[in-house]
Amino acid sequence: MKHLIRISTFLKPYTWQVLASLVILLTLTGLNLFVPRIIQSVIDDGLVGGQTMSLARSALLLFGLGLGSAFLNLSHRYISEWIAINVGYDLRNRLYDHIQYLPFSYHDHAQSGQLISRCIEDVRSIERFAGSSIAELVRFVFLSFGILFVMFSVNQSLAVISLLPIIPLILMTSSFGTKIGKLFFAVDSAVGEVSNRLQENVTGVQVVRAFAREEYETNRFEKANKAVFTTWVKVIDEWAKIMPTTNWLTLLSTMLILWFGGGMVMDGTLTIGAIVAFNAYILMMAEPAQALTGLVNAGGEAAAGAQRVLEVLDVAPAIRSKDGAIKLENLRGEIEFREVGLKYQNEKNASLDGINLKVEPNRLVALIGPTGSGKTSFVNLIPRFYDVSEGAVLVDGHDVRGIDLAALRKQIGIVLQTSLLFSDSIKNNIAYGRPEAAIEDVLAAAKAAQAHEFIEGFPNGYETVVGERGVTLSGGQRQRVAIARALLMNPRILILDDSLSSVDTQTEKLIQIALDKLMEGRTTFVIAHRLSTVKRADMILVMDKGRIIQRGTHDALLKEGGLYKEIHDLQLVGQVRFSDEMEMVEDLLGAAAEGEMHENTLMQRRSDN
Amino acid sequence: MTTRISPPAFITQSEEILDKMYDPRVARGLLRFVKPYARQMSVALLFMILVTAASVSGPYFVKLAIDDGIAANDPVSLRRIVLIFLAVSIFQLGFNYLRVRIMSRVGQHVLYDVRMAMFGHLQKLSLSFYNRYSVGRVITRVINDVGTLREFITWAVLAIVRNLLGIVGTLIAMLALNLKLSMLTFAVLPFMVLATMAFRSVARKNYRKVRAAVSWTNSVLAENVNGVRVVQAFSRQERNYKTFKEYVNRYFYETSLDAARVASVYTPVVDVLGAVATALVVYVGGTAVLGESITPGVLIAFVLYVDRFFEPIRDLSRRFDTLQSTMAGGERILELLNTEVDVQDAENAKELGVIVGGVRFENVSFHYSDDPTLVLDQINLDVKAGETVALVGETGAGKTTIVKLLARFHDPTDGCVLVDGVDLRMVTQQSLRAQMGMVLQDPFLFNGTVKENILFGRLDASHEDVISAAQAVGAHDFILGLKDGYETLVEEGGATLSVGQRQLISFARALLANPRILILDEATSSVDIQTEQVIQRALARLLKGRTSFVIAHRLSTITNADRIIVIDGGNIIEQGRHEELLGSRGRYYELYKTGFQE
Repeated sequence: MKHLIRISTFLKPYTWQVLASLVILLTLTGLNLFVPRIIQSVIDDGLVGGQTMSLARSALLLFGLGLGSAFLNLSHRYISEWIAINVGYDLRNRLYDHIQYLPFSYHDHAQSGQLISRCIEDVRSIERFAGSSIAELVRFVFLSFGILFVMFSVNQSLAVISLLPIIPLILMTSSFGTKIGKLFFAVDSAVGEVSNRLQENVTGVQVVRAFAREEYETNRFEKANKAVFTTWVKVIDEWAKIMPTTNWLTLLSTMLILWFGGGMVMDGTLTIGAIVAFNAYILMMAEPAQALTGLVNAGGEAAAGAQRVLEVLDVAPAIRSKDGAIKLENLRGEIEFREVGLKYQNEKNASLDGINLKVEPNRLVALIGPTGSGKTSFVNLIPRFYDVSEGAVLVDGHDVRGIDLAALRKQIGIVLQTSLLFSDSIKNNIAYGRPEAAIEDVLAAAKAAQAHEFIEGFPNGYETVVGERGVTLSGGQRQRVAIARALLMNPRILILDDSLSSVDTQTEKLIQIALDKLMEGRTTFVIAHRLSTVKRADMILVMDKGRIIQRGTHDALLKEGGLYKEIHDLQLVGQVRFSDEMEMVEDLLGAAAEGEMHENTLMQRRSDN
Repeated sequence: MTTRISPPAFITQSEEILDKMYDPRVARGLLRFVKPYARQMSVALLFMILVTAASVSGPYFVKLAIDDGIAANDPVSLRRIVLIFLAVSIFQLGFNYLRVRIMSRVGQHVLYDVRMAMFGHLQKLSLSFYNRYSVGRVITRVINDVGTLREFITWAVLAIVRNLLGIVGTLIAMLALNLKLSMLTFAVLPFMVLATMAFRSVARKNYRKVRAAVSWTNSVLAENVNGVRVVQAFSRQERNYKTFKEYVNRYFYETSLDAARVASVYTPVVDVLGAVATALVVYVGGTAVLGESITPGVLIAFVLYVDRFFEPIRDLSRRFDTLQSTMAGGERILELLNTEVDVQDAENAKELGVIVGGVRFENVSFHYSDDPTLVLDQINLDVKAGETVALVGETGAGKTTIVKLLARFHDPTDGCVLVDGVDLRMVTQQSLRAQMGMVLQDPFLFNGTVKENILFGRLDASHEDVISAAQAVGAHDFILGLKDGYETLVEEGGATLSVGQRQLISFARALLANPRILILDEATSSVDIQTEQVIQRALARLLKGRTSFVIAHRLSTITNADRIIVIDGGNIIEQGRHEELLGSRGRYYELYKTGFQE
């Protein structure tokens, strides 16, 4: 309930419309209350009293009321739908925008499917409730009071008697509401489980098949499926109890009216017309009272939806430019890490610990170290994808938390580990960060990233649509488009997170040459496994378990020994052996039979491909 | 208002949006699932008829009470009539309760069966199906489409039958009471039909647009959520928000409003027609009462019946939309269920006994059913038990197809694949794959604990077996370092683990399965050098003593292989040991020079 109240602030901009729809509703209810009275007069004045004129008048009145209430009904319906649609529109906009600004740390743990369903399904249920359900509820209240008033003014004792069954009806309905909400929640989670089972089974289909685990998977699915069945049956059993019963209670009212009202007519204290009118009033009230079950249902769904929507909206977009943030227009590109520590939520160990570093503008910094040593965490702090848990990251001497984010990120070009592209044309993908870029610039960026050639190879060139509905690019091609996308930003700071891992060695060399040129005059951070990239760095950071364990130039680090030398030697051995062997093969050409001679060296050699 | 915005063509043309009228084929297909419950259904239908009859009798009892009881000033018969009315209503209550229970249970049973049938079928469909069908689509089929089916069965069908029964029952009651007044009421019927038809045709177009809007919004949202990191890295939030607000969500807004406009007109129109009918009945009927041709009770009952007559009509027109969206959903469900299983166990398929692991390809050719280009062309290959074979070649050369045929994910178009001399098509897939292990390039882990993921290889393995498998591949140490050790939960997409770690877990899984034949698709993406070394050692341990097919990217795997097979254009163009192939200076030599990558 409190969620519904909170979400109702979205109704605020439409206060006037809400009021208008209430006024219309009130008038409509008032008009409806006349109908049984007219029928009463048809019977008492017309039939019993024998006045033909009164019959004609009543018929005309009925028709007029029908017409009038139809018109009011139309406006009321339209206005409430209009309100609902507007609220839905606002809510979706708000959610969409909010999700965009939620930090990486939120998205690391959020399930994308759920976020999407909140924007669509949950907003729908709130919308439905805000539109028709609230109005229905109000109508029910108006109508009840109106009917009570009319009935009591006609005959008090009959009013009490005939309304008796309506009391348990309302009580049952409201208890049904609380019960059904919980039951529906159980259904939802059961369906969620079925969907999880499916998702996993389909994404892991090769593994399932490879290990011949179809039966095991089917059993697991059956369990989830069974849960959907049983939870639904519980819901249904409640329905089965309440729907026929509420129906019956209104019939009971009619019988009570006939029994007791009939007696009163025979005593001469009541007219037949009044009995008919009473019955009509009861029917009039029973309909919305029965609809109340549905309303309570919708209310429950809306409350659950509101809760889920608020759960998202309540997450503070922790990483946002604060008020009065400095707009750094022309970055120099000086980066400093002061005593930086980073610990992700739900993680046992800190991912970064005691990092101190100052990088002068236009330097090339290479990060190297085992998987999970904190390299990516490190570079993610520069565009402030995460906030530090300790210490501070400074750009041009300003704490990144005090800098306008958009201005900062526009001057940082980043190629993420996984090169995600959007289902749009290649051109628009490259221009993602600078949609207004001239086509020449897009081409230049693509050329620099060695992507131009393969893009031109597509029938539609740069207009080729990629993604699920278009052309599928290979990992290497995607990576090159992502590099072009970063280059087009003409960034002051360039971050390459292991971005050459899925291109072949030849392309890598070509990109490398291009990048060498591009790195000039920018502060660049490169995460790489291959030493060829690392060697030329102004500073190499060797990372292990969240700490910088060695730093310096290639030569200095080699002299120093330690992890860097270890890695270097392992790779070097491979490379030296590789070139040795190539020479040897050349030498041996024509004398191919001597292969066994160098078997020993071959067996141990490794290369980083 | 007509909208200026229109969603991209792929949205409007998508199958989800297309209109679907009532289709007997689909109805028949779905009926298959209802058949097992025919008995319960007929009982429920019988109850429904009884309930309708009881309910239709209500106004008649009111008439009797007024005419024979109150107007006749006969308290005894009034009480008698009311008591009978009460009895009938209790009977109605009971049967109504039973009907709802039976019907909705049947509905849930049917849905349960449909979901099981779909899942079961999904387990049989070959991998080429999954190349065409994305995860999202499969889930939409099984969750959303079956969901619309639920609405269909529990509400639409029932409500339609109930409404139809209600209309027929009321019609009979009215005709029986008074022919002339009945005719008066029916006079408005043609207008009602016209209004309904006009409404329906406009509403259908509107709903189609709304569905397109939902689908468009969904896809835009999905992309933005999945790509949120890129969105933030490139500071695209404002622009994306503008697009969403002014186009996508706006379209949603405008189409919904159009639909609401039409819908809000319809009900009042029906109401006016109802008022016309009531007014006519009151005037003509009233005059008739005065002329003594009918009693006041008849008139009162008639006014009540008029109301009951229009309500089901209004309700039916609402249900029709549900019926329609169900038709589309039903068709999609059937389409999935009717997708042919292209790799099937032969009728007389035998269990494959314990194998030694010799593999032979005899004149094997293969092409996909929708593309006549040969992916493999007359492959002949004889691999002895225990041999390690490295498959080398460019992307698209046919390496993956060879191992897929061996695992019988596809059947060869020509020739045959034999294990220990037995044609794979002669044995059950289950018995074949139970003795075969596969480690894929992208090591897929399920939601669950690390231990459960390793156990997937052999479900009945003990905890000690799991640990020793992990130890053997060098995964034990890092697993112990995780938050909850072996009980650590692996999250969606395995975000908590690095690629190298996931690979080691999938090695442990394969090792635990202890397969005679191992298929390994090496990962291309580079991991750091220490992990690389651990993986090398794990690999050596994994390959030992088994027949192994490795799609190799790492040089060490290739050079250590017992045999290297170079594939190009679906043919084996060279095979032999590393040194032999280098010496012959052919294709392998070329590949070797450029570093063996895509």
